[in-house]
Amino acid sequence: MSDVSKEIEQLQDPGAAPHVLRHADTDPKAEKRAERQVAILFTLSGLSSLLLIYSYVFVATDVFIFIPVMGDQNAHQLGLGLGMAFSLLFLGMGAIHWAKTLMPETEVVNYRHEFRSSDEDRDELVKTVKHAAAEVKLGRRSLIKRSLGFSLGLFALPPVLLLRDLGPLPKKLLESTSWKAGTRLVTDPGNRPILASDLEVGAVVQTLPALAEGTERLLSDVAKDPVLLIRLRPEDFQLTPEKLAMTHDGIIAFSKICSHMGCAVALYEQQTKHLLCPCHQSTFDVTRGAKVIFGPAARPLPQLDITVDDQGYLIARAPFSEPVGPSFWERNSQ
Amino acid sequence: MTTAEQRLGNAANFVDERIGAAGWVKKSLNKVFPDHWSFMLGEVCMYSFVILLLSGTFLALWFDPSQRDVIYDGVYEPLKGIKMSAAYASTLDISFEIRGGLLMRQIHHWAANIFMAAIVAHLLRVFFTGAFRKPREFNWILGILLLTLGFVEGLFGYSLPDDLLSGTGLRITSAIIQAIPLVGTYVSFFLFGGEFPGVGFLPRIFTLHILLIPGAFLAVITIHVMLVWYQKHTQFPGPGRTEKNVVGHPILPVYMAKAGGFFFIVFGIIAFLSAVASINPIWLYGPYTPGQISAGSQPDWYMGWLDGLVRMSPPLETHAFGHTISWNIMIPALIVPGIVFTGMAFYPFIESWITGDKREHHLLDRPRNVPNRTALGVMSITFVMVALINGGNDIFATNFHLSINEIMWFSRISIFVLPPLAFVITKRLCLSLQRADRDLVLHGLETGRLVRMPSGEFVEVHAPISDQKRFILTSHEQAPALEFSATDARGVKRPGAIKNKVRSRLSKAHAVGLPKVSAEDLKEIEHH
Repeated sequence: MSDVSKEIEQLQDPGAAPHVLRHADTDPKAEKRAERQVAILFTLSGLSSLLLIYSYVFVATDVFIFIPVMGDQNAHQLGLGLGMAFSLLFLGMGAIHWAKTLMPETEVVNYRHEFRSSDEDRDELVKTVKHAAAEVKLGRRSLIKRSLGFSLGLFALPPVLLLRDLGPLPKKLLESTSWKAGTRLVTDPGNRPILASDLEVGAVVQTLPALAEGTERLLSDVAKDPVLLIRLRPEDFQLTPEKLAMTHDGIIAFSKICSHMGCAVALYEQQTKHLLCPCHQSTFDVTRGAKVIFGPAARPLPQLDITVDDQGYLIARAPFSEPVGPSFWERNSQ
Repeated sequence: MTTAEQRLGNAANFVDERIGAAGWVKKSLNKVFPDHWSFMLGEVCMYSFVILLLSGTFLALWFDPSQRDVIYDGVYEPLKGIKMSAAYASTLDISFEIRGGLLMRQIHHWAANIFMAAIVAHLLRVFFTGAFRKPREFNWILGILLLTLGFVEGLFGYSLPDDLLSGTGLRITSAIIQAIPLVGTYVSFFLFGGEFPGVGFLPRIFTLHILLIPGAFLAVITIHVMLVWYQKHTQFPGPGRTEKNVVGHPILPVYMAKAGGFFFIVFGIIAFLSAVASINPIWLYGPYTPGQISAGSQPDWYMGWLDGLVRMSPPLETHAFGHTISWNIMIPALIVPGIVFTGMAFYPFIESWITGDKREHHLLDRPRNVPNRTALGVMSITFVMVALINGGNDIFATNFHLSINEIMWFSRISIFVLPPLAFVITKRLCLSLQRADRDLVLHGLETGRLVRMPSGEFVEVHAPISDQKRFILTSHEQAPALEFSATDARGVKRPGAIKNKVRSRLSKAHAVGLPKVSAEDLKEIEHH
């Protein structure tokens, strides 16, 4: 192995290999056969189109037929699909077979042209541009030059500004949820309040804040409000006293919205007591306050402070103390 | 002259007298296209784009991109009475109530996946054969632009049905936008028309998906193809082929018949896939609600590597002065792809800077003859493949009973280790292949036939290869590395010494190769 730098004598170009004639070029029988093959392919294509039309008009949409390997198939859909597929495939195969067997196949040589324009053309262009520039006399008209600069600097702003009303300003919207002190946790789906005493150890419930009478739940709220309730044995927890105080009788509540990219953290592993986000596999340890133990998430799931009301139903004692969901520039995470 | 010819002649005369088309049509019809199977990859891109336009137009006749709530009342029993967006409901209607609607949906989705696969394959062909070199750098950049547009168009497309899977994808999209420092939150609120999921995003991306981006595609594809037309196609080296000519079939009739036929074959294969293989059965996922998710959520294949990068990212965030910067999102989802795409776009100029080669090239390289470039290509593929594997780590873990954490750690390490390893191995392989070429030219083909000599020794008979083959194996250029002296003629240190040093190092690495067989070598061997 070495750098190859010395000039070496090239091998001579022997020219293209002699042209080999095809069967159909020499044998009239083969030519006829190729012609027939092409005709058969085109005919099959036409028949397949008829299959599509037949399936569209005459096969009901709820007829199922059994096809080996594929199992029960909707006859209408299969007829449409295969009809279309074969009508196209045979048409294409016919055309290519025709080209390959019967059309002339001798190779032709074209010559390339250089892309660079001739020197005269280039000189002339430079001259024309210079001439035009001189005629405009921009150099001497400084008033126009400056005002034009001002205009060009600003003209693109209005169209961008006009996009402003695409949406509202973020304000502090990302930092709040519907949870308030005293909001009842209700099941999702079902909207039933939850008695703390109904939850057994190991139970997992997805909840949302109870709706006020006559209000609708907005999807943008569902994107922030979901909370997971998990009941463990109180001795399973390894929490700071503050976090422990936010639990109720072994019941701990976390935001279900992943602190990484906002997917629903829906997979709970009973044995390890880990929560796993199916999107990017961030794993949170429930016993340690949803601490991130694996994956790309950088923050634990926010914990909701819960207690029970006088009827024994679970309620939030306070709203979330930090924004739920993915990070954003204005988020104060310290 | 037959009547048919007469009629055709009259029509042609009518057109030519008005726009004078005969001149350039004649010239165009004499155009020659070189033949090689890999040149069809670009054609597949174009044909699947046409299929996307046709099937997409069909879908747009019935699709309603609105995010307003409706109660589903269609024929699909399991979802009856459920609240969903009009976008999702109309997708269900297209699938179940419009005859041929499901087929068109499947054709549209399969064609999109094949479109992106064909773009990638075409890009690799152009890269590995050096077809991007002068004068085709513009077309390379346009190609990268088309690839980038494809990512955006694909993401928007599979987000439109507003099912549980696509909504999850949009949730992630919004998180990526939010992660942009300073403006992210605002951009996200403006694009979505409020807090995620907002009210405006689907109608907005629908307009982009069916009007603006296809328009951009059409414009760029037109320029892309016109440039190929004008600059003439590259060709592989071979006897009778030079930098000055182009050898192949004329556009009429062979090329036209083959290309036309090939369009129908591509369409037919996509239709066949759509007839027998289900893709994106949105009715199984249910309508989108941010509080739910299904396990094994996966984007379309071309997005997989980005998702894999996001998954393998370490949990890095900076918290300072009341602000948060999510490196765990920014690096994998914005910075790395930014570097990859920019690097790809500029590669033709980078390579020409390294080699100092400013000449036109119309003969393609055989990948083995440019070991450095080929190794770089394989290195990039390896990088993307590791990321792609990690993008499906949950699927791999469940199907092969592996630990997801181990796959993740494997990817985190491999993404740094495997690409350089791939570079080294590929370069070695290229050099070995060059050595094999050299042996073939010098000693001919091993026939496997053993002959016993009178002396008792066994030798293998070698058959000589044809002159044409010999020419193909020796016609490539072997340009020397650039050399810079650190000082000029008067012994004064030149400016930019470090730049020159880097350049000559790279140039040296690029020029590594086995000396090819020369005419003298062959003469010499004949004397033996």
